[in-house]
Amino acid sequence: MRNREYIFGNIDWLTVTLYLLLVLMGWLSIFTASAGEDIAGIFDFSERYGKQFIWIILAIILAIMILIVEAKFFSAFSFWIYGFLIVILIGVLFFGSMVAGSKSWFKIANFAIQPAEFAKFATALALARYLSTLNIDISQLKTKLYTLGILFFPAALILLQNDTGSALVYFAFALVLFREGFSGMIIVIGIVMGVLFVLTLLLGEYWVIAGLSAIGLLTFLLKKKWRKQFKLLLGIVIMASTFVFSVHYSFENVLEPHQKKRINVLLGIEQDLQGAGYNVNQSKIAIGSGGLTGKGFRNGMLTRNHFVPEQSTDFIFCTVGEEWGFFGTSVVVLTFLALLIRLVHMAERQRSRFSRIYGYGVASVLFFHIAINIGMTIGLAPVVGIPLPFFSYGGSSLWAFTILLFIFIKQDANRLNVL
Amino acid sequence: MYLKDYSGRKYVIIGMFILMGILFLLRLFYLQIIDNSYKLSADNIVLRNIREYPPRGCVYDRSNNLLIYNEAAYDIMVIPRQVKKLDTLAFCRLLGIDTSVFIAQLKKAKRYSYYKPSVFLKQVSKQDMGKIEEKLFMYDGFYSQTRTLRHYTHPIAGHLFGNIGEVGQSDMEHDPFYKAGDYIGKSGIERYYEKFLRGKSGLTVVEVDVHNRVKGSYMEGKFDTLAVPGKDLVLTIDLNLQEYGEQLMQNKKGSVVAIDPKTGEILALISSPAYDPNLLVGRERTKNYNLLLNDSILPLMNRATMGTYPPGSTFKMVNALVALQENAITQNTYFSCQGKRTSPIKCTHDHVSPLKLDMAIQQSCNSYFWNTFNAILNNHKFRDVHKGYESWYRDVVSFGFGHGFKTDIPYEVGGNIPSKDYYDKAYNGRWNAMTVRSLSIGQGEILVTPIQLANLGVIIANKGSFYPPHFLKKLEGSDSLMTVFNKLYRTSVASLHFDIVQESMLEVFDGDHGTARYYRLDSIRQCGKTGTVQNPHGDDHSLFIAFAPMENPQIALAVVVENAGYGSTWAAPIASLMIEKFLKGGTKRLELEKKIMEVNLLDPNRSEKRKAQ
Repeated sequence: MRNREYIFGNIDWLTVTLYLLLVLMGWLSIFTASAGEDIAGIFDFSERYGKQFIWIILAIILAIMILIVEAKFFSAFSFWIYGFLIVILIGVLFFGSMVAGSKSWFKIANFAIQPAEFAKFATALALARYLSTLNIDISQLKTKLYTLGILFFPAALILLQNDTGSALVYFAFALVLFREGFSGMIIVIGIVMGVLFVLTLLLGEYWVIAGLSAIGLLTFLLKKKWRKQFKLLLGIVIMASTFVFSVHYSFENVLEPHQKKRINVLLGIEQDLQGAGYNVNQSKIAIGSGGLTGKGFRNGMLTRNHFVPEQSTDFIFCTVGEEWGFFGTSVVVLTFLALLIRLVHMAERQRSRFSRIYGYGVASVLFFHIAINIGMTIGLAPVVGIPLPFFSYGGSSLWAFTILLFIFIKQDANRLNVL
Repeated sequence: MYLKDYSGRKYVIIGMFILMGILFLLRLFYLQIIDNSYKLSADNIVLRNIREYPPRGCVYDRSNNLLIYNEAAYDIMVIPRQVKKLDTLAFCRLLGIDTSVFIAQLKKAKRYSYYKPSVFLKQVSKQDMGKIEEKLFMYDGFYSQTRTLRHYTHPIAGHLFGNIGEVGQSDMEHDPFYKAGDYIGKSGIERYYEKFLRGKSGLTVVEVDVHNRVKGSYMEGKFDTLAVPGKDLVLTIDLNLQEYGEQLMQNKKGSVVAIDPKTGEILALISSPAYDPNLLVGRERTKNYNLLLNDSILPLMNRATMGTYPPGSTFKMVNALVALQENAITQNTYFSCQGKRTSPIKCTHDHVSPLKLDMAIQQSCNSYFWNTFNAILNNHKFRDVHKGYESWYRDVVSFGFGHGFKTDIPYEVGGNIPSKDYYDKAYNGRWNAMTVRSLSIGQGEILVTPIQLANLGVIIANKGSFYPPHFLKKLEGSDSLMTVFNKLYRTSVASLHFDIVQESMLEVFDGDHGTARYYRLDSIRQCGKTGTVQNPHGDDHSLFIAFAPMENPQIALAVVVENAGYGSTWAAPIASLMIEKFLKGGTKRLELEKKIMEVNLLDPNRSEKRKAQ
């Protein structure tokens, strides 16, 4: 119980530094994206950069509070926090306000809060708590069902709010499960399904099935091991073909028109510079026009003149691309990468399973957000409305990511006290 | 505890993270350093999408006379973010608008988007645009976009052409083809043939600088598409006949429908009062539309397809044909008539008694058709009045009554032929021929539209068959529609029964006692039948159906003149003049023509005057 009296002892200062660096870069980007010609000062709270400044100050206070709280608090109250967030998510379905087609905000006076952002850390806590129960056997069906249930509840409620992007984030927890010993096949099957989905949309189902059959046949002829498993091989090919046939059906009937359009635009099947393709194309022009060194701080004409929609929230990365060029984008990407690798490193040094699982949860959620958000601005991922962690404008998202991260920093700081 | 140690899997996860990082860096390297297309020389060049609106298809009449065409018009567009401080007063004077309009429109555009263009002022004419264009460049954030407006060569046929207007929210949700500000056929032919007429809009992406000056095409036109013009439509309408019919019908309420019996092609479809379709074009559209909508004589209503009337005596021929087909009467069946003393239906016509079918049609004898109808329903074939009625119902419906034709006729209603169930409900199952006797003379619950009446003329002219009435003559890519419109329908009445009806209709014009004998023509053998329809709301409606020439029918038509009294007074001469116009190109009966064109049957004092006389 050393350093008990000194709350900042044992804190991983590298992570904290990376966090502060990202928040600062984010604020600078919001500043250029939202500031007009005349700047009244950074405390102009009618502008987004002024508001974000307050959110940042409050986020740092929140972080310090988390560091003061006893580390055990979070593991002990995991399920309570999770349950509370579930109730809030249900509440928002009934009492929430509509913003841009999603019913996912609570409005109190001038202040709006998005519970879906906070549900992520609560889910990570609950998952960590459940999987660190003594004598748990993950090979049991019951355990698997409970685990999926913990993830499914918040995701389904968020989907009901019509916030598809935030619901998709829960797929990120597959990485945590993978690390904890769940079969790696889930991820492999997921990737294979994704590849088949894209190929089917691009080439048509008959070519894909022909390809699948050819691969099956070649495997059968060339690999002796598989020849004995003929039925299994045939089963896999048939299952995959069935999936391929269902692609168009689910594409046409399950997805909303705007979602179809976004996927088609990404795959280059459809070009629509007025609708779905508009954001991405403007975003690519903004980033591409930055060149090697960028146009300089507050010189990005595209971003400053609002030619990229949603540029202080979901498309904030464009501002970096246009004003700081390839140097700037590389710094951001590498900073995020460093943070992710550092988090995995920290997770692996935990003595308690709770802390480790939670650490992986943090890394996975951040990874998913970064991959999708930056991916969409440069045309590598479909347009999914989720924020770039620590960067995007918005109090809910900044606070939620701060809480997510600092709970883990606190657990890590306390790791030596765990017996 | 875990049985196995999975810590090795961290390398897979770290590998995924690094893979993402590498992918991002490669992609960014490509976008920002290798791919020159994104590296725009001037740092303030932006893109603007210019939609190229396709010209809508033109519309022609059956002889390829132009009916509807397009004329250029301009929309003034605004991009609010680029609007700089300007001399509002001078700008408003230039556009000819009020400052309040300026403020409202700019506010509306800002609410939609700061950086996307919105329409600031719609449909500026070519003349006005000339002087605006010269100075528009001085106002940052404003520019013009070319559109087209419909124009009509003749002020006719507004009801059947319909009109176009801006798409609504539901249109856009229904069909992603439409974008805000697009035009769509709202009614009539414009609406029915929308998919053919609209064409496909093109898109040009251009680079513009901050002053909104076009710098040139973006990426050598990689994203540009060409506009595809709409297809031209040839209608079955005969321009001269349509125009003439509207002149004859002016200052009257009612309609005229003329059809080519050989094809079902509608030659003219007149609904009166009519309006000039040019009124519903451009910026005045909403204002004029509301004026027409609120007019008490309902000029927007298409009486030819939506007006329902009891067919009156014109329906007697249907009853005669059904009776012949069902063997309820023969051509030589006599019934007696005691004129005004006859029960249950009195006959107001003065004629010999007893009389045969041919005389009964010519003289429009009510008693004869009551007896005929009674014979159909009490047909010994069925032993049951209700069965007899069902058989009558089936026969009548086969004439195209009681339902729409489902072709390109705008807003058609089906009319009403009461079913057996209807009477069962109304009379608790206890009813007989006496109860529904009005049907024998085309009164009561029975309702038909003028277009159905014209089709009755077609059926008699063709001796029992008809093509559904339609407007489509020629349109590229409309083969499937053509197949539907060119399907021949047969009534359940055999063609041999039609001869006597045709001959009797000839006598209506040519016989010494025929009800239309004053409109006889030596050069054309016209066949017709008058109808005077009792109207509980006012004066009787004047009806007439006709076809000509008898030996080789080329036109069949129905005329309805509301509240005009006897069928022979107004409807019959209009029909006869239309026939002459179509077959001979004009008339020598100038006095009759003048009298009809000049009479004002809308004058509210007229019926009072007539009663006083």
